[in-house]
Amino acid sequence: MVKSLKFKKEQGSSVQQWPAKWFVTILLFTVTLHAAVWNAPYPKEEIRSNTLFSVFSSPPKHLDPVRSYNANEWSFLSQIYEPPLQYNYLKKPYVLEPLTLTQMPQIVYLDANESEVGVENESVKFTLYRFTFRDDLVYQRHPAFVKDTDGTLHYGSLSEDGLKKIHTLDDFAKTQSRKVTANDYAYAIKRMAVRQYHSPILDTMMQYIVGLRDFSREVTKAAKAKFAKGERLDLRDFDIPGVKVVNDRTLEIRIYGKYPQFLYWMAMNFFAPIPWEADLFYQQKGLKQKNISLDTQPVGSGPYYLAENSPNRRIRLVKNPNFHLERYPGLTAEEANASGVSKQLLRDSGKKLPFIDEAVYSLEKESIPLWNKFLQGYYDASGISSEAFDQAVQIGSGGSMGLSTAMKEKGIRMVSSVEPSIFYMAFNMEDPVVGGYTEKQKKLRQAISIAQDQEEYISIFLNERGVPAQGPIPPGIFGYEEGKKGTNPVVYDWINGKRVRKSIDVAKKLLAQAGYPGGISEKTGKRLKLYYDTTATGPDDRALMDWRRKQFAKLGIELVIRATDYNRFQEKVRKGKVQLFSWGWNADYPDPENFLFLLYGKNAVVDTDGAGINSANYKNPVFDALFELMQTMPNSPQRLEVIEKMLQIVREDAPWVWGFYPKSLALVHGWFHNVVPNAMANNTLKYKRIDPVQRYGKQQMWNRPVLWPLLILALAALLLVWGVRAAYRRRQSRVIQKGEA
Amino acid sequence: MLAYIIKRILYAIPILIGVNLITFMLFFMVNTPDDMARAQLGAKQTTPAMIAAWKAEKGYDKPLFYNEKATGTAKLTDTLFVNESLKLFWFDFGLSDANRNIAEDIRARMGPSLAIALPTFLIALVTNISLALLLVLFRGSVLDMSAMVVAVMIMSVSGLFYIIAGQVLFSKIWHWVPISGYESGWSGVKFVLLPVAIGVFAGLGSGVRWFRSIFLEQINQDYVRTARAKGLSEIAVLFRHVLPNGMLPILTGVVVIIPSLFMGSLIMESFFGIPGLGSYTIDAINAQDFAIVKAMVFLGSVLYIVGLILTDISYTLFDPRVTL
Repeated sequence: MVKSLKFKKEQGSSVQQWPAKWFVTILLFTVTLHAAVWNAPYPKEEIRSNTLFSVFSSPPKHLDPVRSYNANEWSFLSQIYEPPLQYNYLKKPYVLEPLTLTQMPQIVYLDANESEVGVENESVKFTLYRFTFRDDLVYQRHPAFVKDTDGTLHYGSLSEDGLKKIHTLDDFAKTQSRKVTANDYAYAIKRMAVRQYHSPILDTMMQYIVGLRDFSREVTKAAKAKFAKGERLDLRDFDIPGVKVVNDRTLEIRIYGKYPQFLYWMAMNFFAPIPWEADLFYQQKGLKQKNISLDTQPVGSGPYYLAENSPNRRIRLVKNPNFHLERYPGLTAEEANASGVSKQLLRDSGKKLPFIDEAVYSLEKESIPLWNKFLQGYYDASGISSEAFDQAVQIGSGGSMGLSTAMKEKGIRMVSSVEPSIFYMAFNMEDPVVGGYTEKQKKLRQAISIAQDQEEYISIFLNERGVPAQGPIPPGIFGYEEGKKGTNPVVYDWINGKRVRKSIDVAKKLLAQAGYPGGISEKTGKRLKLYYDTTATGPDDRALMDWRRKQFAKLGIELVIRATDYNRFQEKVRKGKVQLFSWGWNADYPDPENFLFLLYGKNAVVDTDGAGINSANYKNPVFDALFELMQTMPNSPQRLEVIEKMLQIVREDAPWVWGFYPKSLALVHGWFHNVVPNAMANNTLKYKRIDPVQRYGKQQMWNRPVLWPLLILALAALLLVWGVRAAYRRRQSRVIQKGEA
Repeated sequence: MLAYIIKRILYAIPILIGVNLITFMLFFMVNTPDDMARAQLGAKQTTPAMIAAWKAEKGYDKPLFYNEKATGTAKLTDTLFVNESLKLFWFDFGLSDANRNIAEDIRARMGPSLAIALPTFLIALVTNISLALLLVLFRGSVLDMSAMVVAVMIMSVSGLFYIIAGQVLFSKIWHWVPISGYESGWSGVKFVLLPVAIGVFAGLGSGVRWFRSIFLEQINQDYVRTARAKGLSEIAVLFRHVLPNGMLPILTGVVVIIPSLFMGSLIMESFFGIPGLGSYTIDAINAQDFAIVKAMVFLGSVLYIVGLILTDISYTLFDPRVTL
């Protein structure tokens, strides 16, 4: 009896405790749910590690350094491969410095008898570049380097059975490494010469490297024969007369004449070393069929190696343990001031590179998810799409750009710079109406140039992300000048220390002098009608085309838009069957020659079977002579004088409406350090640093799940089920009653 | 049945040749091999020598349909069309114009596409049929009419709106799931939840209306009245009689889709960062990669034909009157 009572009492207390227990359990569960972050796209361990999270918008097509010539691909390749030179990360204007060399290349000028002469000597026939490589360059570990005792490649002849087990490079049991030698640099140039590898700079280099043209013919023929038989091409059996391996650490390249810009090419991936082992390894047909090739799996000596290449999803770079010693650059106070570098950017000077252990790049094709993930802290940096512009940026009354309050509160910083690029509207100088070099023809182009309100264009279509161009040379490149000196006097007046676009009346006067008063031709009495070719065929482009028409209408000129697909557009430009069109150019290297050659007569597209880059077909003998003189000059006051003369000529002739130099804007989170805009350097990952602890904390704070909608949804679902059940029961009983009746 | 399947496969051969022919004609009407070379080489200065080398490597230096320089039957066989088409019938898709193995790429992308498409298809099918049966049960009621209004509203809004709204609401504001991304295996479930839910919801309006109309056609048939007269509950009538008899039109519309699920969804995959096949063809068209375009068009045609054959076979399973 006593036992029974006790039992009942215990049972009673247990029943009384139920609601309390449930309440505590539910509360704990809710708190746990609320505390945990559900929307993280990466595992927690990865987020807390020293890993950079970034994006790419289109899959890289080629990762073979001899072929790739695309900024998107170079953002990966340049972290893996190391050409002899690089751009200083912090210095402005852009400065080349040794990357894998012990010092800058020694340059020797030779005459026809191969005797050394001075740089100014007119008898210079060849230039010899001598490269001395560092002794501590070692490749990443790779199966291609595994060799048997007799020196043959262990994985050099994979059998069909062996290939069955191979799906990625990780499936190879053994990996090895070796030192980088001068031979590997020579091997890369030899690969460039093989036509079947489609190097985009082969034809340019053939003009300079001694013997490369004949060598290319020889190896292309050999490659054709070998590949037809399913055999591999070993380029060690061939030699280029102008490329000499002196010893393991010294390479000499001989070029025709003088070409100071050659050094800039030496900072590009085309000249990064290629180990012969990797070339032969990847030529195995079975590997190619599994998408394992030098075009997908690079082998380099740089700070990172490619650990994962899923071009449609993710690319992962991991710190290369074999990377040689390199330190974060330092600047003197004077240099820092001249380059606009803050003290914060110099805090890591002298520290060993790289800082980041791993970089994960995810494919994001759409701007909305990318932007939201950046705001959630899952990407360390982001560009600013037009959709997000108003949310991110505030434009001041004077047109200055600053971060919005919301961005500032998140600790986000803005990094901006003017790109070494230009977008312009070209006149086809071969066209009888807008082309030509008579005074009247010049005045027509000048009038049109004044009427094109670039300031308005930049404000409406670019959200102020551009600078009106004054000539072909953009800021940051030698020859670009600020102030009155750098102003195009044909289009602008310099008033009270500012550039002011000439009034439309000036343009109308010029148009009248050109023989088209009020836009009516004096010869025919008809309104001047011009044709503008474009690939802008989408619905979004309508506003832009309306704006273009309006600019011409200001002068009484009728503009006819001829929209076409890109192939036809290119064909028309190549054949000179256009009147007006828009085009652009990004710098290959920071030299004025790389922009002024766009107007060099011998590069006219109609005279070069479409291969030239002077798409306006501008030919002025005086400009051409000055270009040839300027091309080989070192940066100096004399060179600047020549460039000023050239700019004066093209501004007068106005073969282009000098459009704008684009401005890039990027946002970076507070935990992301050492982010410097440097348009020429691509190997910048090694300098960047992140604070993963701060990042993890912010992510946790910004991404707590909101739970009340879940509760409402659950209640709504319960109500619906209950309602339907009740309605069904009512219906069933109603049917029975009717039957009974 | 085997004879029927063999006959259908043989019928498919001229259809596939025809599809290939049209693909060739349309593609090369817009793009010349020189244009393709320029797009693939991507150089700032593309020289004639570079173009010639690329065309020779890819076989685009051969004439499209008739080779005047060849002799005998080679005039017809040593052409781009025959060289490129024949291999397709052995499912040898070769290398893309950017030198990637197409079959390997399709295999890699098929899984992620299916990870979205298959659950969306199955959940949508079950949900749409269940809701349609429910509405048929309450036909003519306020619930039925309100549901039809809601269905029309769901149908009237663009799928893109659901994607963006879903991402903003569930990922950006409520932080329930990642906005985009993909992982294989169980760790990838959180990436699939939202696209599947949006896919199911976006198709709800049209799906429910279609299935409802099918079931309404059956609900007044004599056999249904007989079933009710036997004293069966309304649910038993719907599930045991109306649903099986409504299966034939459902199979006609549904089974044919199943093989095409492999092809993925362009917008969904693009917005959710799913590395599937959805954008493969469009990207290839933009990149002027004919090798991928022809492979994907061929594969799409094959899958459609397979879908039609499967539909015919499925009829025999649900309707004993049908024999093949």
